Amino acid sequence: MKAHSIRSYLTATTNAAPLAIFRIFFGLLMLISIVRFAANGWIQKLYIEPQFFFSYYGFEWVQPLGDWTYLIFILCGLSSIFVALGYKYRISILVFFLSFTYIELMDKTTYLNHYYFISILSFLMMFLPAHAYYSLDAWNDKKLRSQEVPKWSVDSIKLLLFIVYFYAGLAKLNSDWLFEAMPLQIWLPSKYSLPLLGDLLQQTWTHYAFAWAGAIYDLSIPFLLLIRKTRIFAFILVVIFHILTRVLFPIGMFPYIMIVSTLIFFDAGLHNQILDYISKWFSITKSFFDNGNIYSFPQTWVRKASLGIVCTFFVLQLLIPFRYLLYPGELFWTEEGYRFSWRVMLMEKVGYANFKVVNPDSGQSFYVDNTEFLTRFQEKQMSFQPDFILEYAHFLEDYYKKEAGIQDPEIFVDSYVALNGRRSKRYVNPDIDLTEIKPSLKHRTWLLPFDDEIKGL
Amino acid sequence: MKKFSFLLLTVLIIWSCTDNGPSGPDADDFDREAILVNWADNIIIPSYTNFSEATEQLHTDAATFSEFPTASNLLTLRTSWESAYLAFQTVSVFEIGKPMELRYRDNLNIYPTDTTEIENSIQSGSYNLQLPSLNNSQGFPALDYLLNGLGEDDAEILTFYTSDPDAENYRRYLTDLTSRIDSLTSEVLADWTSGYRDEFVSNSGNGSNSSLDMMVNDYIYYYEKHLRAGKIGIPAGVFSGSPLSTHVEAYYSNDFSKELFNTSLDATQNFFNGVHINQPSESGESLSSYLDYLNTMKDGSDLVTLINNQFDAAREQAALLDNDFSAQVESNNTAMLSTYDELQMNVVYMKVDMLQALNINVDYVDADGD
Repeated sequence: MKAHSIRSYLTATTNAAPLAIFRIFFGLLMLISIVRFAANGWIQKLYIEPQFFFSYYGFEWVQPLGDWTYLIFILCGLSSIFVALGYKYRISILVFFLSFTYIELMDKTTYLNHYYFISILSFLMMFLPAHAYYSLDAWNDKKLRSQEVPKWSVDSIKLLLFIVYFYAGLAKLNSDWLFEAMPLQIWLPSKYSLPLLGDLLQQTWTHYAFAWAGAIYDLSIPFLLLIRKTRIFAFILVVIFHILTRVLFPIGMFPYIMIVSTLIFFDAGLHNQILDYISKWFSITKSFFDNGNIYSFPQTWVRKASLGIVCTFFVLQLLIPFRYLLYPGELFWTEEGYRFSWRVMLMEKVGYANFKVVNPDSGQSFYVDNTEFLTRFQEKQMSFQPDFILEYAHFLEDYYKKEAGIQDPEIFVDSYVALNGRRSKRYVNPDIDLTEIKPSLKHRTWLLPFDDEIKGL
Repeated sequence: MKKFSFLLLTVLIIWSCTDNGPSGPDADDFDREAILVNWADNIIIPSYTNFSEATEQLHTDAATFSEFPTASNLLTLRTSWESAYLAFQTVSVFEIGKPMELRYRDNLNIYPTDTTEIENSIQSGSYNLQLPSLNNSQGFPALDYLLNGLGEDDAEILTFYTSDPDAENYRRYLTDLTSRIDSLTSEVLADWTSGYRDEFVSNSGNGSNSSLDMMVNDYIYYYEKHLRAGKIGIPAGVFSGSPLSTHVEAYYSNDFSKELFNTSLDATQNFFNGVHINQPSESGESLSSYLDYLNTMKDGSDLVTLINNQFDAAREQAALLDNDFSAQVESNNTAMLSTYDELQMNVVYMKVDMLQALNINVDYVDADGD
């Protein structure tokens, strides 16, 4: 592309309605998510009750704040309302991004690709003028009020959705998924009691059909959404696909978030219609916003900085999922570079980790009852993820140093992991004292090899 | 692009309608409700019925002994205690429904028993066995102490029920314990036969609160905590670093802990295979047949054989143990630890491989997934 066409793209504008609709629905869905999270008692259960939390590497300082943790959720919920209303948008979306991300960083036990998606999406939104149209900010500020926004700001959301879908599709191009129908072959038969589908889900061909259709769907849907002629068909597919995943798997709010997000691909006509409806319901004068103005960043440096950050953000988003290539060994087994890479629903991993504490002075040893320190959920997640196992071992080292007066406890783990229907296999080298290993991003030589091959990306 | 999307649509439609993809071995849906029916009708309810008869006998014999504390009545009572304790091993795993509500197992079998608490209750003559704080001074382990642990020999034990200043209290405490075991058991059995059976069987869905999920979780929990750890691991010092000979089941009877263990091991294996409790030659649908169905569907190797072999390996290893586990951990703990290791392997097979195959979560983890 020539410099000229890049410049003309960057200065091109588009109707602001899609971005406004996106902001409104994003805010509302986030509010529902937070309320649902609290109503399920998960704040208490996941962030207050446990006595120990698993941290992300480099973010060990992010910890739940006891009862103050509720405040973070309140902050997050309030800011999502403000985002939906477009009130003090820049600050609100900043507060939302910070509070939501803080919540996610408090304990990696709850890591989900979808939560990561919300985090980075809200980060991206900080740099987009989503408040320029149909917002309280625009209502109050004549200078801000604009009917046209930079085209790149709408496109950047499309690009992020494109990456999520396409990378999820690429990740499905592996031999377990395509040629063994794993892990669907484990998950689907257990849904035997679903009306209509239950019997179908017992058929092997169904598992393969779902696997292949899923891969084709992920790889093609971003293109089908981009092309005007296939857009409506694609959206129907999006709705069917996500409703189906909602029926089959416990994935909470995310099907709805994805369905609503893909509306961004539609032309502004649709969004203006939706806004007309909303205006009727709430007696808002929509024409008040239709002033034909073009949004301009308050200062040139703000525009440049926004563009720069958004570009860097996307370069990172394109690269991070591929960081696994830097590590030897099987990605699903070692999980080196597994997170933050849109590998969604690709693995059924079950583990068992039995920790042995040795007092080198007396030679005495005993096994640890994990339920003494971890919740069931934490124990489950810990048992097959190596970084969890290591972090927990260090926690045990500290605990037995302090509480049992063992000067330099050695911690060994007897662990077994079963991956995608394979027989369970010893996971961590049982002869390695885990207290001697520092958590790092380096290749984990203390894991035993996988002894099988999963071909593919 | 139009052509491409049509092509894609066609592919998708064909994929969702085709019937000639790789086909499973059996198009018929495996009947999971049959597992629940078999468990309830041929294993759980008959086990409780047998056990209830045993606890009734136990209470009758305790009452007789209390009225006529003779040496021969003591022997009779001891025999009923042993039969009831053995029968308890076949129901202890079913901590679901009423037993869960009553915390049945905690009332019947916490060991080591708290002898100080027992003596306090007897001396004061006032106690409320319904209090959770008294869980560890009642049930079978407390009876073990009262029938085997009060003195060096039978004559000495008998004096507590005859000439001791608190003799009446001893007799009353004894019958209060057997009465409580019997009434709790009647309550559980009545619940199963008066409606819970149908509730259990009809709750045949696939949610985390379905009967299958809950029972499998209870089963593995029992195997791990009460069979592997309680009967073998804890006395062998696996969790403490040094053996705890006083922590064996039936500590005061000196030669009974192994028999209790074996009965429990048999019961767990039979439950896995769906063996009918009163006709050991017959079996119905259970975890093993379900795993077989899923295995053939997934073309996997035979997990059922692996698990059964491991049960057998544990049994063989345990055969080398002394009848009295407390003597065993004191004389040669290595054999005890080897038994633990064999039991441990099946925790891996059941908790990792079996749960993966069945796609059942370890206990209810109530959170979203990807």
